[in-house]
Amino acid sequence: MLKLEKRPQPSQAWTYLTPLLAVILTMIAGGILFAFLGKDPVQAIKTIFWDPLFSEFAFYYRPQLLVKGAPLVLIAIGLSLGFRAGIWNIGAEGQYIIGALCGAGVGLAFYPIEAWYIFPLMVIAGALGGWAWAMIPAILKVRFGTNEILVSLMLVYVAEQLLASMSLGLLKNPQGFGFPGSRNLNDYASANSWIDQSVGLHWGVVAGFIAVIFAYILLNRHMLGFHIRLTGEAPRAARFAGVNPTRLILICLGAAGALAGLAGLFEVAGPSGQVSIDFNAGYGFTAIIVAFLGRLHPVGILLAGALMALTYIGGDIAQSNMGLPSAAIQLFQGMLLFFLLTVDVLTNYRIRLSQREVA
Amino acid sequence: MDLSSINPILLLASLIVAATPLLLAAIGELVTERAGVLNLGVEGMMITGAICGFAIAVNTGSPVLGLLAAAIGGAVLSLLFAILTQFALANQVASGLALTLFGLGLSSLIGQGYQGVKPPAFPKPEIPLLSDIPVLGPIVFSHDFVVYLAFFLTLGVWAMLKYSRAGLILRAVGENHDAAHALGYKVVRIRVLAIMFGGACAGLGGAYISLIRVPQWTEGMTSGVGWIALALVVFASWKPWRVMLGAGLFGGVSVLQLNLQAAGVAIPVEYLAMSPYLITILVLVIMSADRSRAPASLGKGFHAGT
Repeated sequence: MLKLEKRPQPSQAWTYLTPLLAVILTMIAGGILFAFLGKDPVQAIKTIFWDPLFSEFAFYYRPQLLVKGAPLVLIAIGLSLGFRAGIWNIGAEGQYIIGALCGAGVGLAFYPIEAWYIFPLMVIAGALGGWAWAMIPAILKVRFGTNEILVSLMLVYVAEQLLASMSLGLLKNPQGFGFPGSRNLNDYASANSWIDQSVGLHWGVVAGFIAVIFAYILLNRHMLGFHIRLTGEAPRAARFAGVNPTRLILICLGAAGALAGLAGLFEVAGPSGQVSIDFNAGYGFTAIIVAFLGRLHPVGILLAGALMALTYIGGDIAQSNMGLPSAAIQLFQGMLLFFLLTVDVLTNYRIRLSQREVA
Repeated sequence: MDLSSINPILLLASLIVAATPLLLAAIGELVTERAGVLNLGVEGMMITGAICGFAIAVNTGSPVLGLLAAAIGGAVLSLLFAILTQFALANQVASGLALTLFGLGLSSLIGQGYQGVKPPAFPKPEIPLLSDIPVLGPIVFSHDFVVYLAFFLTLGVWAMLKYSRAGLILRAVGENHDAAHALGYKVVRIRVLAIMFGGACAGLGGAYISLIRVPQWTEGMTSGVGWIALALVVFASWKPWRVMLGAGLFGGVSVLQLNLQAAGVAIPVEYLAMSPYLITILVLVIMSADRSRAPASLGKGFHAGT
């Protein structure tokens, strides 16, 4: 009979191997799924993981890697701080929406003035918007002990309604012939997050890399980062060491909110261009998968974000070339998290064969 | 705006219809949580139940078979969560999230061919005599049988937890799994069963939305009901009757805001549509002052290896 034996320490090797193993298992299970849908599994997996990078049209897809990866990495970095400390912000989608609304709102308020200070103001507004939205669950948790998981998630639905209200009302394009949605910020040079559209580079990509570096330094070289890790790994020891849990909750949720807000702002001012009812594309939820796949480690998240962006792009290609339904890709991403959590057992436990004994 | 267009009797009757899926999902989650397992995948199990039930009902023409399929679908999905948390000892919060993301993807994949399809109508037997009582009759006694099933399920769960040996063991596992294990109870087995019961109930609740309340299939149609059900369990302090009260309250809010939308109140539609979620937050804030009633082992993994 198989028996799990707890390791004295988490295995270093498996810490690095489990994400790879999970990806391979997901490819196998995904291939079976695609075969059930009547598609050639090998072709489908190749289309998703290989074609965006190395096919003859890759020059067109590679920029997309940055565009899709940037919001995922930004949001996941913020989430990972909280997840490490056992603070579960799963409402990044809402913070992303509010960040976009605040940032775009500031930009649109200046329209049509052209000035250098507009975009920085939008960035600040976006970060503040996301931060404020995340402060709601944070303060409720600190003050009343309310469950942050449920509150942050409820606020996603509230944010979605706000988004609908804004794109039909306050932020609607006055010259849009009555169509819902705001002015397109891509036509407004001062409020534009693109640096070079031809390679997919916008300020969100830059912010993503900066966030990775900052998070790495924070977690490895800074007292606060140590406290975050300590709280997650040994809450009791953290309390004895004088870690202030209130401060940690406010900082972790605040940082996650601000980063998600930034991701939303860069998206609305660049790739998406306008505030519209269906502006949010689920990055806030996919980022949860990215954070776990990256082992809550900044560099890991960077790699996981790139991989997840790949599945988005490859999924689009597979959809148009092979008729693979987009829901299959969504399922594929969900599967990845499942396999990851399953094989994670190998990090903390050894599997041993043992004789069955009387309990 | 015309508030007189709102008929209080119809309002209360539709309140019960709106509360039923919530009640079903929440009572299942209550049993799961009383066994010490926090399954955040309710939303995913509900939406999977919704599409399983819908697909089977459309293909077989039998809504009852659909409900059965929904319960099975929800239970099978929850089995994934059980494997993850009970055998692979994964973090319950993360696994629950995974279940929701997976369920949302799975349901939209299955549901591709079903958009705009009309499901077979659900039989709605009028209970003779009782449904003729003025006021009370149309409110309470003229619903489909699932409403009564949800009621008796709550009754059964309450009695099981309070008076039966099985209920005592379930609570023991939820309060202190080490002690329960030392007494020789199969902690993992009991938890897996509780998780599957929760999954079946959530699936049933989802199918109630897609087959009876709406009734049609749209992607992501449960729109947070599963999460509200989770909040409801906290609201109810893990007590079955209070779950029913809470379901009625939330059902009332969602029905009332729909009626106000229809009556053309001066508040924009989007802000009315926010109200169930905002009220959930408000209720959570009020109820979280007292956390002492939560099962002591809630959300903690169990490993008997030593």
